Amino acid sequence: MSEDQVPTMAEMLAEGKQPEVLFWVGCSGSYDDRAKRITKAFVKLLNKAGVSFAVLGAEESCTGDPAKRAGNEFLFQMQALMNIEILNAYEVKRIVTACPHCFNTLKNEYPGLGGNYEVMHHTQFLKTLLDEGRLSVEGGSFNGKKITFHDPCYLGRANTIYEAPRDLLTKLDADLVEMKRSRKNGLCCGAGGAQMFKDAEPGNKEINIERSEEAISTGSQIIAAACPFCNTMLTDGVKAKEKEADVKVLDVAELLVKATGL
Amino acid sequence: MEYVLRIFFAIILGIGVGYFWMNVRKLRRNILLGRDVNRSDRSNERWRNMALIALGQSKMVRRPVAGILHIFVYLGFVIINIEVLEIIIDGLFGTHRVFSFLGGFYGFLIGSFEILALLVLLSVITFLVRRNIIKIKRFIQSDLKGWPKRDANYILYFEVVLMSLFLLMNAADVWLNQMGVSHYQTDFASPIGSLVSPIFNGVPVATVVVLERTFWWLHITGILVFLNYLYFSKHLHILLAFPNTYFANLEPKGKFNNLDSVTKEVKLMMDPNADPFAAAPADAVPEKFGASDVQDLNWVQLLNAYTCTECGRCTSSCPANITGKKLSPRKIMMDTRDRLEEVGKNIDANKGEFVPDNKSLLNDYITPEELWACTSCNACVEECPVNIDPLSIIMDMRRFLVMEQSAAPQSLNAMMSNIENNAAPWPYNQQDRLNWKNEN
Repeated sequence: MSEDQVPTMAEMLAEGKQPEVLFWVGCSGSYDDRAKRITKAFVKLLNKAGVSFAVLGAEESCTGDPAKRAGNEFLFQMQALMNIEILNAYEVKRIVTACPHCFNTLKNEYPGLGGNYEVMHHTQFLKTLLDEGRLSVEGGSFNGKKITFHDPCYLGRANTIYEAPRDLLTKLDADLVEMKRSRKNGLCCGAGGAQMFKDAEPGNKEINIERSEEAISTGSQIIAAACPFCNTMLTDGVKAKEKEADVKVLDVAELLVKATGL
Repeated sequence: MEYVLRIFFAIILGIGVGYFWMNVRKLRRNILLGRDVNRSDRSNERWRNMALIALGQSKMVRRPVAGILHIFVYLGFVIINIEVLEIIIDGLFGTHRVFSFLGGFYGFLIGSFEILALLVLLSVITFLVRRNIIKIKRFIQSDLKGWPKRDANYILYFEVVLMSLFLLMNAADVWLNQMGVSHYQTDFASPIGSLVSPIFNGVPVATVVVLERTFWWLHITGILVFLNYLYFSKHLHILLAFPNTYFANLEPKGKFNNLDSVTKEVKLMMDPNADPFAAAPADAVPEKFGASDVQDLNWVQLLNAYTCTECGRCTSSCPANITGKKLSPRKIMMDTRDRLEEVGKNIDANKGEFVPDNKSLLNDYITPEELWACTSCNACVEECPVNIDPLSIIMDMRRFLVMEQSAAPQSLNAMMSNIENNAAPWPYNQQDRLNWKNEN
């Protein structure tokens, strides 16, 4: 993807420029093969809309979210204070991220430690780009397709953002169908609270299977996700149900890339 | 004779209210065993939440059947209690239906009380059916075995009895009024009582008078007994729902508090000018991180525990519980309350001082397996009709496990050491963070 520009804050600073927004890529978006595709999709949209953005690159480090949810407040605050030092040194004002966990931590838990930024989830940011006419989509390719949206806990219940991703999906001209448990009642994918990094406790079912079954039962061809962890969990769930040929799990940003024909 | 009855009534009332007040003070003391947390801010929002959620029952109707039936019972209880005021005045002063001077309005009031009482009766019977015949899952789960299940049924039986006594009392009154018995000359609309009153046909007037008095006495003593039962049951929510919704967390649900004690230490670690060998002040008590017992929780969390009425909406929406894990957010609240009661009794038995009993909320009540099953998804917090926050207790206990005992699951320790060493939860080099840019 050589055609896509991904400047770093350091490069910007060297040129004496301050970007409109910092794109916080997050660990998943940086290292996980599936999530990297989401990162690239979002970058395509940013470039298409002509957004002046930058990333921290090697200067970015984990927000500390999984450590905090696991109970390790020490490690969380070490990470937070280090990140805040870097963000403040670059005089960052606005941050956008495609990960609801990074989003929640940066937005809610950093201010108390001296990190005050306007933090947006990528679905919110993309919605403003569309509203301002900086980005436009043609929904044609999704005509007649059924899409169901899975609410990430850290976007939905944690921060009451339910409509921004849905507003984007309705622009696709697709048939947006809701699962029985959605919005406030949305069922977790099973990855939150540091569960992503451990085996589930003994039970009679995996949470991602429970959720994937519900999503598949809507008859949708696409499960729209807005979180790299949810994406992994639901992709695994769909595979376990041997439905990967009929049902795709895609991030909202990836769907927009398809719709814009990028 | 009448004087004796009035004195007797005053004594019963005094004992009933006095014993309740004693327990309320105990309740307050137990709640204040918790750590301090400031919830005195944003009072307008707090009043609004209390009005909408506790008074207005707005979260109850998210499950419409239970929600609407609950509103009948709630309205019935609140409104019929206006009648209790009259009963107390009548009892103390030997009057009969002292508010009847309100005339037609009084008749209307009693009439609507009767209709409400019938609605309460029907709702409560439906609740009994849901619990014991339909056996809705959240009412028969393992955390409700034994006392909690009996407790729930006792409360419902109690309400059946109280409402029946109220209706029978009015029915007898109506019947005596029709028979022209002096002392029973108050006219009031009695849509339900007048339907029931024919059962007294053929019964001697004197007997019906005795029955009417008996229903009256049983009704008021029943109410006093019920009032005192609250403290020993899960039913305290009828009072505590109000302060609980007022003091509930107003921050976004995803925002977990940052521990100030940790911030101090981390800042010290990162400060190049700090003296690592500096002696701690002589009076410094090493701060405990996280919670292993009820005294480590804050008072709002303890208020939450007393407010919980064990409806189980939290547990029925918990992804871990739905998929068969041991975690039940309702059990977290029940355990917290049980342990708090145990600590309170310990204090009572030891002249106001807590004597260590080699037990704690962690392990003796709540196991690490339950705590590690939580996905922190906030479904339980969102569901709770009175804004209880089980997740905050789970998180505080995880903090104790990890920071005081280094007892995280092995895989989480690996994740955390990755973050420490390469700034990501996976073992990748931080220098490779931007590699995706050049990959296809």
